[in-house]
Amino acid sequence: MKLDLILRVTVKLLLPFMLVFALYVQFHGDFGPGGGFQAGVIAAAMIILYALVFGLEAAKRVVPLALVQFMVPLGVFLYAGVGVAAMVLGGHYLNYSVFASEPAHGQHLGILLVELGVFITVSGTMTAIFYMFAGRGR
Amino acid sequence: MSEGALLLTAAAGGRGLALGAQLPALQVVAPLLGAILCAFLRKGVLAWAIASLVTWAMPVVALALLWQVQTAGAISYAMGGWAPPWGIEYRVDALTAFVLLLVSGAAALMMPFARKSVAGEVDGDKQAWFYTMFLLCLAGLLGITITGDAFNAFVFLEISSLSTYVMIALGRDRRALVAAYQYLIMGTIGATLYVLGVGLLYTLTGTLNLVDLGTRLDAIGMTPPVLAALSFLTVGISLKLALFPLHAWLPGAYAYAPSFVTAFLAATATKVAVYLLVRYLYSVFPLVRMLSEVPLFELLVALSIAGMLGASLVAVFQDNVKRLLAYSSVAQVGYIMLGVGLANEPGLTGALAHLMNHAVTKAALFLAVGAAYYRLCTVRELTTLRLSDLAGLGRQMPVTLGIFTLGGLSIIGVPGTAGFISKWYLALGALEHGWWWVVVAIMASSLIAVVYIGRVIEVAWFRPAATALAEAGRPNAAMYLSMAAFAALTVYLGFATEWSVGLAGRAARMLLELAP
Repeated sequence: MKLDLILRVTVKLLLPFMLVFALYVQFHGDFGPGGGFQAGVIAAAMIILYALVFGLEAAKRVVPLALVQFMVPLGVFLYAGVGVAAMVLGGHYLNYSVFASEPAHGQHLGILLVELGVFITVSGTMTAIFYMFAGRGR
Repeated sequence: MSEGALLLTAAAGGRGLALGAQLPALQVVAPLLGAILCAFLRKGVLAWAIASLVTWAMPVVALALLWQVQTAGAISYAMGGWAPPWGIEYRVDALTAFVLLLVSGAAALMMPFARKSVAGEVDGDKQAWFYTMFLLCLAGLLGITITGDAFNAFVFLEISSLSTYVMIALGRDRRALVAAYQYLIMGTIGATLYVLGVGLLYTLTGTLNLVDLGTRLDAIGMTPPVLAALSFLTVGISLKLALFPLHAWLPGAYAYAPSFVTAFLAATATKVAVYLLVRYLYSVFPLVRMLSEVPLFELLVALSIAGMLGASLVAVFQDNVKRLLAYSSVAQVGYIMLGVGLANEPGLTGALAHLMNHAVTKAALFLAVGAAYYRLCTVRELTTLRLSDLAGLGRQMPVTLGIFTLGGLSIIGVPGTAGFISKWYLALGALEHGWWWVVVAIMASSLIAVVYIGRVIEVAWFRPAATALAEAGRPNAAMYLSMAAFAALTVYLGFATEWSVGLAGRAARMLLELAP
């Protein structure tokens, strides 16, 4: 790890921008191309890049396997939970309109939460897959 | 946008849906939530308890839906409050309610068997994930059945398939990995063809709603793009339901999956695929013009008969017991598709009734084999069950092998069992066309079934015992409860046909537009 000083410094510089770009894609999904899936992949790519340069163990200290395995069902739970919440409030499953007095606001809130769920599950799953492959044969 | 805003305000205006109106969503959402809960908890016993509770609630929902359909007609549920055909519609009619009851009921009756059997065959740390996959698969199968949207059905098809691949790969035998991979490839090809067909239909009509598609295709008629879509959909779904000669993935998958998974898949997965094909052939594509202009139904009859005879013959020469029963399943899918291809009231009634009759029968058979495997595993290392392993087991496990024998009689089609009823209706359907040779094929296939079921029975009851069994390894009462339930149903449906033929006939008349 001594010889790749440039690589390590560049990657350290890149990582925060990758995360910001992931969040930009996440929250811009309402208005343009993007959304939870793409943002989740970008965020996972950040972790994978970190693991490639600094080693799997370092990555697992930052994002432990237990957390990743927790994230996978958590996102789906958020998604399904939003749907159930809509049912409890008297609407159809996933009818976001019931979340606010103004249907458009409710729709906005609902899709935001659902996309957050997608983000959590996708980034968790991508990282989990990488950990599984990278950890083989050790 | 203005239209969207209109729909939204309309949805917000009608406040307060009662629980009864939410049942179509609950049918799919409850197993999904259960799956998430299992993934959070990671404890095998807890996961089984959650899976059982959810699975037992499902037939209650299905029965309530069936009651609603019978009293008030078809139910439509607008997902997300978006009115069909723009939004995704969940639609329950006579056929949907019947298949929902079949899938949820079979899963519920199997759950007591699962605890011990899965604990014996799947590693401790993987059991919670196993039940997660099981509940996801159940959600997918119920979703395919209940959705009235062509693309939504594809999504559920993938959910159920992906979870199935995982469950098969968890089998003890290392060949389970190859079998799961083979199924993954074939299943993906099937799903791809399905989505190609749906894509063509969407380009032609601009809608994905199945009811809306039906009306629009009526106006278009059988043009070449419609024919292409029909062929993509038929071949794609036929891969999933293992119609001969597209069945190559099934024997391996059934043979090497854990016992509980084999029983669950045999009772539900292929049945749901048959439902999907019936839905497309009978209520999406213009049936009358298809019957007169395309030789599709004749082709289905020919392939079904080939499967009934060919797969039964192959079953005779199998040494692996689960593989033998798997080939028998391919033959039984042949019976079901024969009825679908006959396209008249008794034929279609027989096909749909055989969905239930075969599900009950095969579940009893595979659970009995699972119990025998469970018992034998406690005395020696076994990865799969060979015919010779069963030698003399009849005297050591009389109840289990008795249930196997009963299931075998139903596969053969002995009067007084469920299998006889469906074959009777299939024969009536064939005779209505004047196709006496189809009746001969049904008889011939039944006679071959006598041979392959007879081989197992001969080995189990008339050979000297191969292994001394330990008392400790007895299947527990819960396992016997599941087996006995399916065995009892096999006999019950052989005498009282209200739940099988009654419901199937109602669905068949609806599909053939003989009744409203």
